[in-house]
Amino acid sequence: MSDKLKDLLQNGPIAINIGIFDFAETLKIQGVEVIHLNWSPPAGGDPELIELLDQLL
Amino acid sequence: MNDIKQKIDMANAEAVKRINEADPVLVDIAPAGEVIPGLKDRMVLHSGPPVTWPNMCGAQRGAMIGAVLFENWAGSVDEASRLLENGIIRFEPNHHHQAVGPMAGTISPSMPVWVVENRTFGNRAFCRQVEGRQQFGDYSDSALEGLRQWRDIWALSLRKGLLGMGGLELRPIIAKALTMGDELHNRPVAASSLFANGLVGPMLEAGVEKGHLLSTINYITKHELLFLGLSMAAGKASVDPAAGIEYSAVVIAMARNGTEFGIRVSGLGEEWFTASSPRINGLYFPGYTEKDAGADMGDSAITETAGWGGLVLAGATGILSLVGGTPEEALAYSKEMRQITVTMSSSYRMPVFGFQGAPLGIDMRKVVQTGITPIIDTAIAHRNPGYSIIGAGLVRAPMECFKKALLRFGQKYGVK
Repeated sequence: MSDKLKDLLQNGPIAINIGIFDFAETLKIQGVEVIHLNWSPPAGGDPELIELLDQLL
Repeated sequence: MNDIKQKIDMANAEAVKRINEADPVLVDIAPAGEVIPGLKDRMVLHSGPPVTWPNMCGAQRGAMIGAVLFENWAGSVDEASRLLENGIIRFEPNHHHQAVGPMAGTISPSMPVWVVENRTFGNRAFCRQVEGRQQFGDYSDSALEGLRQWRDIWALSLRKGLLGMGGLELRPIIAKALTMGDELHNRPVAASSLFANGLVGPMLEAGVEKGHLLSTINYITKHELLFLGLSMAAGKASVDPAAGIEYSAVVIAMARNGTEFGIRVSGLGEEWFTASSPRINGLYFPGYTEKDAGADMGDSAITETAGWGGLVLAGATGILSLVGGTPEEALAYSKEMRQITVTMSSSYRMPVFGFQGAPLGIDMRKVVQTGITPIIDTAIAHRNPGYSIIGAGLVRAPMECFKKALLRFGQKYGVK
């Protein structure tokens, strides 16, 4: 068993949360170490605007 | 990179180059009717995009009534309302006349305005006096007395001094104030002091009568928001040459009338892209709550359009006691604004970021892509006519304006 795997089993994972902050908060409350990354889909996920932005930006 | 992306990037570069090269100089303080193009008799200019009397918010209606009474076009509030309602007194947006005005933004012909000339391009812009009563909708006689003193004493004295000194360069004052804790919108305290320092001597030299001189010195040394009218005129004079550049996605106006928030984009001509004026997240003066508040209002977001105000909040943490928030949030706002702007200013720098330039040139494409809308410092007016300022705070420009502009941009330039 590799050291990395041992470390994972002994100390537990570190979660990376992308997007909705509440998910990170819930894990934190349960004692899980979380790295949160602020992210949202381009143009709020609107397909028409995303298509337009693909051509303009 | 495809052809259109290249064209947009080149057009944006030209737009911010012109803003960067601006050299705003205060050249006069003159009655609006004598200097503002197209401002006729029986006409009042107002802030924001066009609006009709039935749709006008309470505070702007109050300020319009105040302007009509100030001009002696009516003898009572009822008569003033009737003249405005019946179209006998016309009203148009400041931005359609090279002008800007804080809050309700009302400019009537006999009000003296700051006249700022952009010496690089030769264009002029105008802004009215900043005060905390009539422009918020208070039409009482004591509120109008402030306008009369500005017209009959302070503006005349300052004009005499200013003309004697041959104008006052504003770029050095703005640049210095940004290193002294100002953001030039809700906090122009350092700039106001620098302005007062610069005008007292010339007023003395010009022989301003002693009573007027003392009254004017008292006014300019105690009015912390005095320079806002100058930063607004300087912002307008600086940004206007960047208008009308084909393919540019740079925002060249953000303005609110308390009913609608509107933006204009360089490559989209004179069209306004509007959404409902947002509610303000702010702090209130004693006796008032958010239930009393009107929606966001004023042309003062020209300061953010020029790259100051909320965009440089990180360097003006002193303002947070007025608008709310923490220094960490202020730093985050300014960092965030870099994600939606084209470049950094070469004239106006921020000590807090190692003297890097202020974020400059809001690109409406980036706003839609990132979901980050410009942050704006603002004041709060009452929802009903007849009140003075009731608070101050922060507000975000509504995303809907930028989405509408992007769709029109695609339409205009043949991108589906």
